[in-house]
Amino acid sequence: MEVVLEHLTKVFPSRDKKNPADVYAVNDFDFTIPDGKLIGLLGPSGCGKSTTLNLICGLLQPTQGRILFGENDVTNLPPEARGVGLVFQNYALYPHLTVRQNIMFPLQNLRGEEKLTKEVMNAKAEEAAKLVQIDMLMDRKPKELSGGQQQRVAIARALVKRPQVLLLDEPLSNLDARLRLQTREEIKRIQTETGITTIFVTHDQEEAMSISDLIVVMKDGILQQIGRPQEVYDEPVNMFVAKFLGTPQINMFDGRVSGGMLYLGETPVMKTTAPDKEVHVGIRPEGFVLAGVDAPSTGTAGAVATADDGTKPLECALKAVEVSGRDVSIVSTNPASQGVNIRSIMGSDRNLNIAGETVSFRLKPHKVYLFDKETEDRIYEQ
Amino acid sequence: MNNKDSGSSFLKKISEYKGWLYLLPAIIFLGIFMVYPLIDVFVYSFEEGYNFASQSFFGTGMYNYSYVLHDPYFLQAVKNTFIIVIITVPLSTVIALFISVLLSRIEKLRSLFQTIYFLPYVTNTLAVGLVFMILFKKTAYTDGMINLLINAFGGSSVDFIDGPYWAKMTVMCIYTIWIVMPFKILILTSALSSVNPDYYSAARVDGTRPWRIFYRITLPMISPMIFYLVITGFIGAFKAYSDEVALFGVDLNSAGMNTIVGYVYDMLYGDSGGYPSFASAAAILLFIIVLTITVINLMISDSDN
Repeated sequence: MEVVLEHLTKVFPSRDKKNPADVYAVNDFDFTIPDGKLIGLLGPSGCGKSTTLNLICGLLQPTQGRILFGENDVTNLPPEARGVGLVFQNYALYPHLTVRQNIMFPLQNLRGEEKLTKEVMNAKAEEAAKLVQIDMLMDRKPKELSGGQQQRVAIARALVKRPQVLLLDEPLSNLDARLRLQTREEIKRIQTETGITTIFVTHDQEEAMSISDLIVVMKDGILQQIGRPQEVYDEPVNMFVAKFLGTPQINMFDGRVSGGMLYLGETPVMKTTAPDKEVHVGIRPEGFVLAGVDAPSTGTAGAVATADDGTKPLECALKAVEVSGRDVSIVSTNPASQGVNIRSIMGSDRNLNIAGETVSFRLKPHKVYLFDKETEDRIYEQ
Repeated sequence: MNNKDSGSSFLKKISEYKGWLYLLPAIIFLGIFMVYPLIDVFVYSFEEGYNFASQSFFGTGMYNYSYVLHDPYFLQAVKNTFIIVIITVPLSTVIALFISVLLSRIEKLRSLFQTIYFLPYVTNTLAVGLVFMILFKKTAYTDGMINLLINAFGGSSVDFIDGPYWAKMTVMCIYTIWIVMPFKILILTSALSSVNPDYYSAARVDGTRPWRIFYRITLPMISPMIFYLVITGFIGAFKAYSDEVALFGVDLNSAGMNTIVGYVYDMLYGDSGGYPSFASAAAILLFIIVLTITVINLMISDSDN
């Protein structure tokens, strides 16, 4: 089921007497979630992603705007009439009921024509349990299950009525690191198998990137960017999105564009077509190419050379080299850097033997982003 | 080798006894002021005609129990106590639950209402009794507030304090319910507020009707607290005495409103008092009743979980 949000706004009255301005938890959201996809709502805490989820499921009423499931306007429908399943962050499994009773609970609420017989309810519960692979735990109580198993029960309970939209609030935050990897693949599998439009909320960009078909990046109730994960990572529309996505974080520099050349400090590092002005420069860790290591002890200095196009490698003071097996990160410093350290990642297929006091890098132009100093919006090449 | 072994086991023994050493002060005090009197009461209950002053008695046997169980005043007291227990414990719990649920629904002025509902708890029993007298008592000058109300609806006046048994029992039960309510409301409101609101949200998403949410989710979640209130409620109601005095004065036997604890008191210190043996036997009988009821309660709550 396609989910359409039309100018969706949710305002909470201020509780703070000193600051009586209303709180815009969700501010003029206007986008369409395509049918049968897995969508990640991503943002730092307090950015309104859980509010968005609650608006979609109907636990909250929007201040303005409409929500449509396909052609149906569901804005004023109560949650149960919308055909949604919701998995809570803490799972909200009823502790006094067994797994089977928990999964059957939504079915037992059906009335009138929809009322099901015990056998049908049982069969449906079994089916949902099989889907999430907990059918052997049906007669246990929630407290006798591990965190991951509880999560599966919660998903089964949300799925048992065959909802049109499945909503997951921070589905992985209560799990340990290993289980998290496993569970996110599991969520992807369940979503693919059922084909139900699934929206999940997370503050963990890696989680969102890894399994989503689309990610929606939010900040302070305002939609920042929506797109396929790789697209959003490669083409961030503003500084917030660039900084929020990617681990290690993007490296930020103070830069200046002058005469078609980008300067970091006094070093001309890259040709650009952007107009002349002061800019924020973001460089992804993988956007650095090691141009040379100045190792005074061995006397192989002189790596800093001007290239044909007039650019020079960026010279940085070497602080540390971290080897992770898969790749090598070089931690260095430069006066133009906004952060304390610059972190660059090199593939470890070459046997890098880095020692010395300075390292110099050339940049991969498609991993370098320029942002306006004032608006922090992306400055595109012209 | 052998020496070493016995040495270490000796140390082990000392550290085992250390715990008891630390407990000693508490054990001594509890022993003197709680355990010994309990045993003593048990012993008195089998000693016929025990006399405090001379510390003497005629003989031992079941006579005290036989006397108490054949005493019409005691039987009346048992009947009164059971009526009070059976009516007030369930009613007060249900009403307290109802009020607590309403209290947890409102948002504005909740703490004000919680304070108001808690006030009776800090009010003296006798002061409350005085107010109830004013409400219910029929005097030469006035029939009392409640009778005025009954008259307004076309009924005739009833003497609730000195009148027929059912009238007195009605006042007694209303009074008891009123006096035990604040504590129950306090416990239940905190139990209700400790239920994670996500359970209610989850139930709403699943389209659960309010009544079903209440009995399938809220009630089971707060059931440990309800059981606690029922058990302490039973025990408290079986031990009722001061509430009766507050309403009907110290001569409860002639008012026909005595309770088991009241009977024990009368046997010890009342006008017809001075019979510690009978008092002890009645106290032991009360203990057996309370123990039985509590064990039954615990068995029910265990089988539920």
